[in-house]
Amino acid sequence: MTHVHDVITRVHREEWARVVATLARRLGDLDIAEEMAADAFATAVERWPADGVPPNPGAWLTTTAHRKAIDRLRREAKREAKHKEALMLADTPPPLGAIDDDRLRLVFTCCHPALAMETRVALTLRMVGGLTVAEIARAFLIHEAAVGRRITRAKAKIKAAKIPYRVPSREDLPARLAGVLAVLYLIFNEGYLASSPEKEAVRSDLTAEAIRLTRLVHALLPADGEVTGLLALMLLTEARRTARLSSSGELVTLGEQDRDAWDRELIAEGHALVRARLASGQPPGRYQILAAINAVHTDSRTAGDTDWSQVLALYNQLTRLDPSPIVRLNRAIAVAELDGPQVALAEVDGLPLEGYHAFHATRAELLRRLGRSEESRAAYSRAVGLAGNTAERAYLIRRRDQLADP
Amino acid sequence: MAQYLMSVLTDTTEVGTAEEMAAIDAFNAKLEADGHWVFAGGLASPSTATVVDGRENEPVFTDGPFLESKEHIAGFWIINAPDFDVALRLAAQGSKHCNRKVELRPFLSE
Repeated sequence: MTHVHDVITRVHREEWARVVATLARRLGDLDIAEEMAADAFATAVERWPADGVPPNPGAWLTTTAHRKAIDRLRREAKREAKHKEALMLADTPPPLGAIDDDRLRLVFTCCHPALAMETRVALTLRMVGGLTVAEIARAFLIHEAAVGRRITRAKAKIKAAKIPYRVPSREDLPARLAGVLAVLYLIFNEGYLASSPEKEAVRSDLTAEAIRLTRLVHALLPADGEVTGLLALMLLTEARRTARLSSSGELVTLGEQDRDAWDRELIAEGHALVRARLASGQPPGRYQILAAINAVHTDSRTAGDTDWSQVLALYNQLTRLDPSPIVRLNRAIAVAELDGPQVALAEVDGLPLEGYHAFHATRAELLRRLGRSEESRAAYSRAVGLAGNTAERAYLIRRRDQLADP
Repeated sequence: MAQYLMSVLTDTTEVGTAEEMAAIDAFNAKLEADGHWVFAGGLASPSTATVVDGRENEPVFTDGPFLESKEHIAGFWIINAPDFDVALRLAAQGSKHCNRKVELRPFLSE
């Protein structure tokens, strides 16, 4: 029995998006597609232990869900004329070979710019990721009812406003794809560095989910450089996850991490993706540059071996694309390694990032290296006050308390 | 085809400048040429509004707008569009031409 349940869990992970996406196109209704997909999986849980797992589980689920949807639409069509149209759509035999496109349509619809960012995240995790409303609520520490309302309202808006279920036109595609990647990166970052102290510091379930969804988008759009870049960035970041927390739950910075604990398989995969992008000869976008920076770090056997001039060159390239204060702050860390803390501090001071904990943490570190203990201590305290993540806070407090007494 | 209402939002009582009016005329002409045009109009200021409640025997008239709010509707378009993405693009163009924010809302289709 356990075996069948394992299979169902795996099939759910692999086939959920396909079933929802195919149904949504056939029926023109996201709401019914989601409900019938869930219904079909419930039927599988009931039947498969006794009947055995069908040879093509994905097809079985799609057919079952489709049949349930038609039954339901027929019942409703007797009462309401408006369902007749949907029923006609549903009875049309599905075109073959467009299955992958359906999942891509689903992704773009869930990440539509007319939906609020938190709605896009919730909708993508539910419709594409197959997470339950309860799982999404737990991940983002919001009430289940609130997540449910958010998703319901989004589906109603998609339907009423006629948000199209399709891959955007060529002219809209770059901006819309950037919106999709922003959703995926947000999910990843929420898992990698939870933003609030009530949450666990690192949640591998969310990072794994973000990687899984990004792999899917990458499989559907393999030629897109930024999709590849984001996947590589996530893999190279995820590779360091276990080394990033100490046994006492404190954040371990890149320089202090046990590099033997890094996941070599993920690193190899990330490096291969970065190399493929370099070989393409196309100018990289921000995710590709960030991935390349992470490739440099994961390429060094020890922190001391890091090729900081390469890191700085990449940050210079990133600054030209995105001259935001946060990019300049991160660039200053490479500057400190090459030109010393004094030069770096001059670049950091004056950045408009007073409310950002990493700004104060970076200043504190530079001031510490310059022997300006008192100012360093004050900067650490500001950083501690602003940091939301428990592991990061513990690290900052220890660093502050290690400073020599004034 | 679906119909959408594009409401022009503003927080001043100033009417559009000559330049803005010319840009709106040009946008209207393009809407007509491309088959999106249904209707459009500018509205007098909210202070000219009268709220009428005719649900009881004697209608009740109240001088002034129903809601005193910072932003109000200065005008609107009703457009035809094959789907939301087209409507969204038209709303962005409309906003640019009239130099004000626009709220896009679908009409109920059933």
